[in-house]
Amino acid sequence: MFSFDLLLDAVVIGVLLGCFYGAVSLGLSVSFGLLDVPHVAHPAFLVLASYAVYFLNEHYAVDPLLAGLLITPVFFLLGLVAYRLYYETFEKRGSDAAVRGIAFFFGVAFIIEVLIILQFGVDQRSVTADYIGRAWRLGDIRIPYRLLVAFAVATALTVLLTLYLSRTFMGRAIRAVAQDQEALRLMGANPIKIKQWAFGIATAVLGIAGALLIIVAPVDPTLDRAYIGRTFCVVVMAGLGSMGGTLVAAIILGVAETIVLTMFGASWAPAISFAMLLGVLAVRPQGLFGRRS
Amino acid sequence: MTRNSIAFWTGATVFLVAVFVMTQVVGNQYPFFAGYVILQFIALAVAWSILGGYAGYVNFGTSAFFGVGVYAAVFLVKAFSAPLPLQILAGAAIGALMGFALGLLTLRMQGIFFSIATIALTIIIETTITNWRYVGGAAGIQIQRPAVTAPFDNYVQMLFFVQALLVVLAVAISRYIQNSWIGRGLQALRDDELAAECTGVPTLRLKLLACVISGALMCAVGAPTAMYLQYADPASAFNLNYSVTTLAMSLIGGTAHWSGPIIGAILLGTTQQLLTVTISSEINVLVLGLMLVLFVVGAPEGIIGLIRKLRDGRKEGEV
Repeated sequence: MFSFDLLLDAVVIGVLLGCFYGAVSLGLSVSFGLLDVPHVAHPAFLVLASYAVYFLNEHYAVDPLLAGLLITPVFFLLGLVAYRLYYETFEKRGSDAAVRGIAFFFGVAFIIEVLIILQFGVDQRSVTADYIGRAWRLGDIRIPYRLLVAFAVATALTVLLTLYLSRTFMGRAIRAVAQDQEALRLMGANPIKIKQWAFGIATAVLGIAGALLIIVAPVDPTLDRAYIGRTFCVVVMAGLGSMGGTLVAAIILGVAETIVLTMFGASWAPAISFAMLLGVLAVRPQGLFGRRS
Repeated sequence: MTRNSIAFWTGATVFLVAVFVMTQVVGNQYPFFAGYVILQFIALAVAWSILGGYAGYVNFGTSAFFGVGVYAAVFLVKAFSAPLPLQILAGAAIGALMGFALGLLTLRMQGIFFSIATIALTIIIETTITNWRYVGGAAGIQIQRPAVTAPFDNYVQMLFFVQALLVVLAVAISRYIQNSWIGRGLQALRDDELAAECTGVPTLRLKLLACVISGALMCAVGAPTAMYLQYADPASAFNLNYSVTTLAMSLIGGTAHWSGPIIGAILLGTTQQLLTVTISSEINVLVLGLMLVLFVVGAPEGIIGLIRKLRDGRKEGEV
């Protein structure tokens, strides 16, 4: 059964898929990685974005990527509100913030899931565009255009976010907040405002990521549960808060998933991300490119 | 025995007798179907809070323990046609082993990382069971109930009584732990693990103990489910809803006292049963989410906390 061609095929698809995983994890890399918010509702927001894109595509025939771009301001505001709520109710009160926070975000995720089901039903939904359903032949390898689109957008998104965090004033402020919030306060800056802005950015990125999600494959309301594993695996493996690391970790996950998929079958796929996550947590909790030693 | 203990054991006996009388008198089957689910969640919530409440390690793996309990029973029934008590005992034994493994994890992970690791464990076990053909794989498996034994004339009524026994067992253990040195030690490590370790609290032993007891109980509670549903499939046995519902019940009731999870489970469990029947199962999940968010935001100490605050407020008013 095993053949070199098949393996090569799996690796190529895996790299592309991995870049896509990177794009859907970038937001979490900011919110969980840099801000320490236990954002388990991140994948639920992602699926919500996919449904918003689906709605625009279905009713107004907007291109999915454009639709993703259109909803980013809304998601930015959503992020601002979500962080404010989280801060007022948990971080400000101090003790047990992380533990109650994770329960809180699970509640939010369930609410989003049900609202989607009530509005759109439990069926799978997909979008239409020229590049969906066609493939590019490279020798013996057949690469779907939808993966190529996801790959290109994901890479661009990662580069942009890395530049934003390293070159702009606000981006540096966000990284400063992640390093030492107290020091920032002593210098007269308001760390909460910066964190709120960062959370807004993290959620805004989900607009585009949601578009990619529904471009790559059809979505259903409970898809977020599978992505809890993938996104947290990528972010923890990357080392909290490293954008470049996020992309590398995502590619590792993508390749691992496709190889297992080709060799053992699809039924083992859901466990890959979680097994890698567990392995990383047990062996190297600071991740591959961790900010904490 | 102190007065408190006498009151507790009298209450437990009255409860069991009432449940038994109900199985003999009530003819309608529906109360047993609904009541079984509520009892199951009471037991799960009480078991969960031994680790999650007293020790403060938030376990999202309730569905892993529950599902393993279900599949332990499925395997025993299929391979040896084992009787129900054996299924429950085997479930408890496997749950204790899993709990021990979970306890070792706490050595390396705390806080949110521990929580994420427990979610990961759940999915990994679910995937393994999905790929295990013998117990039905992804498609699930049908199970035949054996003939019911006297004095019950219906299998569900018997399961209802068995689950009530498990509830009493779980509550008695939880109450014992809270009032003994184990509970005080767990509370110390919950407040500050390093300080507790430094002052001579055997934190690792306590954590392992809490994990083993909590895990064994959760697995035992899951075991009769196979007979209750006469069917099992990995996607529903390991459903994340069990984890979040159990956690929500404990938080809603309050984890500071052993009665908190019971109050939360009765409140949320009954509401959910009513909603499922009258409206739909989606609304039932929505209510779960809303109540979880509301309580975590509005009443972080749960109903127990609210009652205590109310009582303290009144005392201050009197002075």
